[in-house]
Amino acid sequence: MTKNITCVTCPMGCPITVELNDNNEVISVTGNTCKRGEQYAKDEVTHPQRSLATTVRVEGGIHGVVPCKSAGPLPKEKIFECMEAVNAARVNAPVKLGDVLVADVCGTGVNIVATNHCPAK
Amino acid sequence: MLNYDIVVVGGGPAGMAAALKAKECGVDSILILERAETLGGILEQCIHTGFGLQYFGEELSGPEYADRFIEQVYAEKIEYKTDTMVLEVSQDNKVYAVNKADGLLEIQAKAVILAMGCRERPRGALNIAGTRASGVMSAGTAQKYVNIDGYMPGKKVVILGSGDIGLIMARRMTLEGAKVECVCELMPYSSGLTRNIVQCLDDFNIPLYLSTTVVDIQGKDRVTGVTIAKVDDATRKPIPGTERTIECDTLLLSVGLIPENELTKNVGISLDRVTNGAVVDEYRETDHKGVFACGNVLHVHDLVDFVTQESQIAGEGAAKYVKGECAEKEYITTKGVGAVRYIVPQKVNLNNEGDVKLFFRVGSTFKNATVKVKYNGEELISRKRPRLAPGEMENVVIKNDMLKKFAKDGVIEISVEV
Repeated sequence: MTKNITCVTCPMGCPITVELNDNNEVISVTGNTCKRGEQYAKDEVTHPQRSLATTVRVEGGIHGVVPCKSAGPLPKEKIFECMEAVNAARVNAPVKLGDVLVADVCGTGVNIVATNHCPAK
Repeated sequence: MLNYDIVVVGGGPAGMAAALKAKECGVDSILILERAETLGGILEQCIHTGFGLQYFGEELSGPEYADRFIEQVYAEKIEYKTDTMVLEVSQDNKVYAVNKADGLLEIQAKAVILAMGCRERPRGALNIAGTRASGVMSAGTAQKYVNIDGYMPGKKVVILGSGDIGLIMARRMTLEGAKVECVCELMPYSSGLTRNIVQCLDDFNIPLYLSTTVVDIQGKDRVTGVTIAKVDDATRKPIPGTERTIECDTLLLSVGLIPENELTKNVGISLDRVTNGAVVDEYRETDHKGVFACGNVLHVHDLVDFVTQESQIAGEGAAKYVKGECAEKEYITTKGVGAVRYIVPQKVNLNNEGDVKLFFRVGSTFKNATVKVKYNGEELISRKRPRLAPGEMENVVIKNDMLKKFAKDGVIEISVEV
């Protein structure tokens, strides 16, 4: 079986073809122009991952929310579950860039970290 | 009246990079004026990642990218005023601005760097028929509501325009629980990056309707629906009989950016009819002495990384100007031919000491094309490019020894041959 995917690792967006055997194991990857593309393609057909960028509600800050991101990629099928967990979280100002806002989100082992400062009002 | 060597209008990525470079080049008297409440510009609301791959070699979110420069502005003790609106730049480079703390400010600058960025094309620029119900806004406005203020502007959303901002907002609204019914694109192709179509639309099964536009907006107080229609690819006019109505409460418009050049025009600076930004030389100096322009107010960039690099050139140029180190000016002009829509800079000083990079953009997609650079009709450079696309800015370098052979009022032409 072959799968055609578009690499999302960088803005190049290479069209990649992945060949799989009957056990869903990757036999070949073609069309990628770099190593990261090869790894992305292998992950994408076996266990797709995405990083998440969203916001967490802040109490007493200059803004209502502070932006955050997953410190690493999350399993794609868990993205909405993680969104729920992040939306349920509340943090108090001041928040510093890099602060862990949600630790080990949904048991993925990945932290949600602040991507900006939010000083107190 | 205040006095500064350099006043920078705009505290986004362009303004900060220009100010920092000018400081590095030995100018200490610098003031940044920013309209918003914080430095950082539009990056503050661009919370998705993908910034900095070129400049820092790592993938950052917008606020993280901005923070690297904000921290440097603090460390270098560069003065700045936020919540400050610049009203006018005068003929003798006085900057008039207002804020709540100082009232009206009159600032005499030796050099002014214009770094105001862009604003989004509004509904009024599109002439969409229909009611004036609430729920119609630009994608960037919605982005600010969601990412900075923390509230959702709607639940059922149609997006017009498939540029990167439209695509990013389709994902963002979906993640926050809205239903994005579709993204409509007037052109037969999306101007957004392929990776954004994959990770913002395909991942969430959001349909992208190409050659499609919004022809009517319904609703009394709040939008209740929009009518979309197919367009003829030759005329870009709606095709009668293809209309259908989609129920929604929000229409986001992501239909292009306009460099915010009101101040520039007021000074009487010449604008390029294609970029809608100032006509500049290789240091990004406009035709008004001592006034420079950089970043998206000069021309719309694909990546903030390129904005940073360009603004450093302007910062260096402004520093040279202030210190009286500018070479005597004898200009040649640059000219895009055929598919090459524009070139920045539009003119180059022959007495420049270094190499000069010419940035240009093509009007359509090419595969295995050759970029040709000619001086007064004679071929200088020929470079193969596997791919050229309107969404990707290209560049060629004119080496200094080549520049030295040119004569005043000569013309450098860039063209694409298949």
